[in-house]
Amino acid sequence: MAKKLFDGIRIVDFTWHLTGPFTTKHFSDLGAEVIIIESKKRPGWRRGAPRSGSNDQNASSKLSVTVNTRDPRGIELVKKLVAKSDIVVENFAGGSIKKMGFGYEALREIKPDIIMMSTSMQGQTGPYSSHPGSGHKLTALAGFSNILGWPDRPPAWIAAYTDFIAPRYCILALLAALDYRRQTGKGQYLDLSQYENGLQFMSPLVLDYVANKRVATRMGNKSAYAAPNNAYRCQGEDRWCAISVFTDEEWQSLCRVIGKPALAKDARFATLMVRKGNEEELDRLITEWTSGRTAEEVMNLMQAAGVAAGVVETGEDVMDKDLQLRHRQTFTELEYPGIGKYRSQSGAHFKMSKNAPELKVAPLMGEHNEYVFKKLLGLSEDEFSLLVKEGVID
Amino acid sequence: MAQQSEGMLNPYRVLDLTDEKGLMCGKLLGDLGADVIKVEKPGGDLTRRLGPFYHDEPDPEKSLFWFALNTSKRGITLNIETAEGQDIFKKLVKNADFVIESFPPGYLDKLGLGYSALEMINPGVILVSITPFGQTGPYKDWKTSDIVAWAMGGDMAPWGDADRPPLHFSHHSQAYLHAGADGALGALTALYQRHITGEGQQIDVSIQEAVIHCLEHITANWDLRQAFAIRGESRNPGAGHFTRLIWPCKDGYVSWSHGGNSVLAPSLPLIKWMEAEGYTNDFTKNFDWNRPDFMRISQEEMDQIDEPTARFFMDHTKAQLLDGAVKYSVMMYPVATTDDMLVNPQLKARNFWLELKHPELGVSLTYPGAFGVSSAAPVTITRRAPLIGEHNQEIYEKELGISRDKLIILKQAGVI
Repeated sequence: MAKKLFDGIRIVDFTWHLTGPFTTKHFSDLGAEVIIIESKKRPGWRRGAPRSGSNDQNASSKLSVTVNTRDPRGIELVKKLVAKSDIVVENFAGGSIKKMGFGYEALREIKPDIIMMSTSMQGQTGPYSSHPGSGHKLTALAGFSNILGWPDRPPAWIAAYTDFIAPRYCILALLAALDYRRQTGKGQYLDLSQYENGLQFMSPLVLDYVANKRVATRMGNKSAYAAPNNAYRCQGEDRWCAISVFTDEEWQSLCRVIGKPALAKDARFATLMVRKGNEEELDRLITEWTSGRTAEEVMNLMQAAGVAAGVVETGEDVMDKDLQLRHRQTFTELEYPGIGKYRSQSGAHFKMSKNAPELKVAPLMGEHNEYVFKKLLGLSEDEFSLLVKEGVID
Repeated sequence: MAQQSEGMLNPYRVLDLTDEKGLMCGKLLGDLGADVIKVEKPGGDLTRRLGPFYHDEPDPEKSLFWFALNTSKRGITLNIETAEGQDIFKKLVKNADFVIESFPPGYLDKLGLGYSALEMINPGVILVSITPFGQTGPYKDWKTSDIVAWAMGGDMAPWGDADRPPLHFSHHSQAYLHAGADGALGALTALYQRHITGEGQQIDVSIQEAVIHCLEHITANWDLRQAFAIRGESRNPGAGHFTRLIWPCKDGYVSWSHGGNSVLAPSLPLIKWMEAEGYTNDFTKNFDWNRPDFMRISQEEMDQIDEPTARFFMDHTKAQLLDGAVKYSVMMYPVATTDDMLVNPQLKARNFWLELKHPELGVSLTYPGAFGVSSAAPVTITRRAPLIGEHNQEIYEKELGISRDKLIILKQAGVI
């Protein structure tokens, strides 16, 4: 049996809520030893009860220790752990980790080749660095809210979005840093701003403003390159199927599928240019056909004819009904012994032809105190018990 | 050369065959210092036809979409559907660490350039394949688009208004950018493994799954509570009231939600700022902001909180609200437009924006700069996007030693 991919890599994980935990999940599901540093006295949002939500998903395959980092002895314990680790990741508001006594300069003295990453809303420098924010609102600041919605209405709401862009940049930077350490023997400090990560996904629109002074706004579901391009109402309660037609050939296929081959010759719709000019009529014609069919039937018929189409899937669809995701085992079921089961995205964002993630259930708070403090750091039974008794290990 | 002047991935070479579905992958590896060669069809990739365009002039050398996603790459043209083109490509693979592609599954195999063929030429090569639904499974040959990817990735159903269809982001495809980034994660994860085993492998990115990795509440709510959010309704199941999430302000909109004492949306910092400027009423003055049942307060009560809040926002600009959010520690941000970003004080202070020369256009354009700051090595755009065949001579003549006469023949034969 081959070793796990990141076997031997140890990560000290100070992160909580979305970006940070999704970053370290990449490594834990592929075999790195990721140790969450938390505290039962101040559980915050980092860990709810088992089976409460996203913490279950994104803490998979990790270990947990509970330690009071406001006690100098707690700080020493964590530092001892850092000395035996490869990577430290934190996502507090800018500057906080330094105040806690775990700044890069301090950690580098203990472990010269440590790779440390801070990922925060606004980065570690600049006038807004210490602003505590959340990805829900940063999605607005990074420009995404302004391009989601209908042209005749205010921006629509979407939950945290930049929180799903940022982990990709964080994982990438850590992987590059590991390779750089292999090449040079050097560690480093990585300062990532979720705001700056998000703006990478806005770049064509930033250039449009820079070059053409055009401020990007909301276009509903319209696309400059496809018509029809929308979600169409189907049979059932609030069921929809998305359809996109790019080429005239695809348009002709669509007309055959909806049983109106004559429409393919209709001058109002023959080319993309004229279809773009008659989108409302187009949407009406297609809805006439889709509204009497299930979203799945619409998707299957369109795709069989070579037209891009897909059910607007709910949580139930993606987790329980989508045949492709089932085939790809996109979700993995995990179980807290005696508590219950839950499902998480199956590790890495991709499949590998020669490796596979192995998911383990998320840890309970402090579940690995004995392993980490006694076995890894070599505390004696007496030392351990004393620290537990005095609340340093809480 | 000094280490300081080199990116972390400096030793590696990437051959980038992708279209818009995968362009982000090579850009990221290039910004980290890898030598990325964009391999285009003779005459240039079709992706160059995607706008927006510089000065709104549709021209394959003026696509701003192309500029944005092909920074830090060199460019050559090559027809890999011809035998000569395949020979040249195989020569390039010998010295490459990564090949990135976004063709339909099986296309490269048919050309004799699939992973098993590339592995024979170079056992260490890592092939990154980015496709709508992945290399396997019942939907593997299906087509996608941005809206289809968001629909099938489960990240569209809850967004929008109850009286209209579900929504996805306007303009260029966000889903493809996630998939491209995931390709880069796959590339470097396989590289880590290669340094242990000496072997490359194939990375299989599904655009649908890239969107699945943007889900959290949506999957948790179904998995643990068999619930899903209904479009246009209150976001908190069991909430006693409806409240706005995006509010009009003096010159645009602001994203704010009253969460009472919630960790992620505490009301008190904003209320304090409103009080300082006189935007209060008897209800907000006497309200217990720490009550644990805030989510269940009635609509009547919520309306009395919303009223001064709405007035406060209408009297302030986006810039004032951003400034005050930082000053009063309010977890609130304005809905920025692209012109707002370029004057944002924080981004300026961090030197985020990068001026990149486009000599053939006679201008410099401002780009989003580094995605992160490394204390050890630069993370930055190393060059503007390549022109069509800009580096043909550099690669074919100087590196592969193909004679000038042979190059003319290859050009006439439509190979390059």
